[in-house]
Amino acid sequence: MTIPDLGPLWLTLHLATLTTFILLIVGTPIAWWLSVTRWRIKAVVEAVTALPLVLPPTVLGFYMLVFFSPNSTIGGLWVDMTGTQLTFSFVGLVVASVIYSLPFTVQPLQATFETLGRAPMEAAATLRAAPFDAFLTVIVPLAARGFLTAVVLTFAHTIGEFGVVLMVGGNIPGETKVISIAIYEHVETIRYAEAHVLAAGLLAFSFMVLLFVYVMNRRFPLHVGSGA
Amino acid sequence: MSTLKFDLKISYPDFTLEVAHAIPLEGITALFGPSGCGKSTLLRILAGLECKAEGRIEFSGEIWQSGTGHQQLAAHKRGAGYVFQDARLFPHLDVEGNLSYAERRSRHVASGIGLDQVISALDLAPLLGRRVTSLSGGERQRVAIGRTLLTRPRLLLMDEPLAALDFKRKAEILPYLERLPRAFDIPTIYVSHDIDEVARLADRMMVLRNGRLLAAGPVDVVLERLDLPGNGERFEPGVALTARIVGHDPRYRLSQLDLDDQILSVPELDAPIGTSLRLRIKARDISIATERPQGISIRNILTARIAEIAAPADAAQADLLLDIGSGRHLRARITRASVVELGLVPGADIFALVKSVTFDAPGFGAP
Repeated sequence: MTIPDLGPLWLTLHLATLTTFILLIVGTPIAWWLSVTRWRIKAVVEAVTALPLVLPPTVLGFYMLVFFSPNSTIGGLWVDMTGTQLTFSFVGLVVASVIYSLPFTVQPLQATFETLGRAPMEAAATLRAAPFDAFLTVIVPLAARGFLTAVVLTFAHTIGEFGVVLMVGGNIPGETKVISIAIYEHVETIRYAEAHVLAAGLLAFSFMVLLFVYVMNRRFPLHVGSGA
Repeated sequence: MSTLKFDLKISYPDFTLEVAHAIPLEGITALFGPSGCGKSTLLRILAGLECKAEGRIEFSGEIWQSGTGHQQLAAHKRGAGYVFQDARLFPHLDVEGNLSYAERRSRHVASGIGLDQVISALDLAPLLGRRVTSLSGGERQRVAIGRTLLTRPRLLLMDEPLAALDFKRKAEILPYLERLPRAFDIPTIYVSHDIDEVARLADRMMVLRNGRLLAAGPVDVVLERLDLPGNGERFEPGVALTARIVGHDPRYRLSQLDLDDQILSVPELDAPIGTSLRLRIKARDISIATERPQGISIRNILTARIAEIAAPADAAQADLLLDIGSGRHLRARITRASVVELGLVPGADIFALVKSVTFDAPGFGAP
């Protein structure tokens, strides 16, 4: 049996970890804002963050390619600032993944925050906790399940992404050749043995992650709710 | 004396609250009224939890609110502790964690309140390691009160802390509530729709109805007033009086209470002579006689003069305000037919037959 190059595997894990981390920082405030705001603009923001769910990856990938291109305003600005380009680069892939996986972070968090309601924040405020303090010490622990779901979905979804990566990143070993692209390449070149190893590895890994999450969930049930 | 002054308004599609008042910052002030009268909303505005409220709040010279929205001092900066009806303990922390959450954030506040003192005042020691989800309703409320005290508040806001509890649990918590404000010396606003709680706990009261302030003043005075609607939820017309024990009669197990000119005889009280007690006499426990009755088992027959009679032509009942001397009053609720047949008019001298007297907490010393 041929052992395939494991580079794409590490690159994929790197990409997924980084994307998940960035999305927790970016997505949490968006989810919180969506859960508390009474502005009419809320519906617009909700629709925009949900777009990646319904659009074909090719549509998303196409527009990202257009906007990330060094000839475009955004892409050009990036080149001026960093000397690197967003298309066909690892950084570009991270940006694309963040946009593509955004709903998988925002939606579970928003749902959890809405379930918690205003009561915990109000209680914390009357206990002299400033809003950010209250969020970190009350909302985050109470929303632990929501965060777990968001992390798993975001991570898994980034690993499984193919269309957007192909269009924005291409197939550069060590830079943009993630595992899904590598499998595709192996299949295209009729090297099924290598494709099998990578595909089975990904399957086993995904299963283990999900199993871990569900076992943890069962063993340490989080006491969320009013407790009445 | 410092006061909490406010002039507030909040509008919802089907309800408007508009209240202006000044509350002295000492003892317990009850916010009383039926469900939906706006008393909880008012409390939430005072705590800074209703951003849509308009108006002004001044706490002892410090502006808490002036205008709407952004002109408000944030809730966490007011130093107003809030006990919620549903406790709102944090389920991810145990009892001790909930207490220290508040304690850690109020260490900068100069106050005599310490963790040990609160734990002992509310008997929380056996609960410290418990999960909050395993607590009974009464225990939960005790922890919530302790947690709020540990914010070392300048003002204690209590939103019907007993409403969610059954009779037995209520009886378990009430003695704690009675002791706390005086033990910790924190001015308290206590929301309740239960007149028994109000009479038992409060020094003064505000009566709210349909978002308006109907009456305000010392509990005794407000409860004497005839113009309060008597049909409010759990509103039992009556008076609260303060009287001193002047004697015990061990032979018949009775105690005598002094109402300045007249003596009230009640079942023996376990308190020394000279103790001041708060007692309540319900309007329907008073009967009226135009001559001193003979051969009757009721022992408490007070001489009184009718001060006011409210007898709406469409009602079966009439409300009488009776002057029993030394500025004290009783209220009597009798049938309108009796008023007419006995020829009762304001100014008439009559006898008030007291069928029953209720006492507030034993040992509850009136100031």
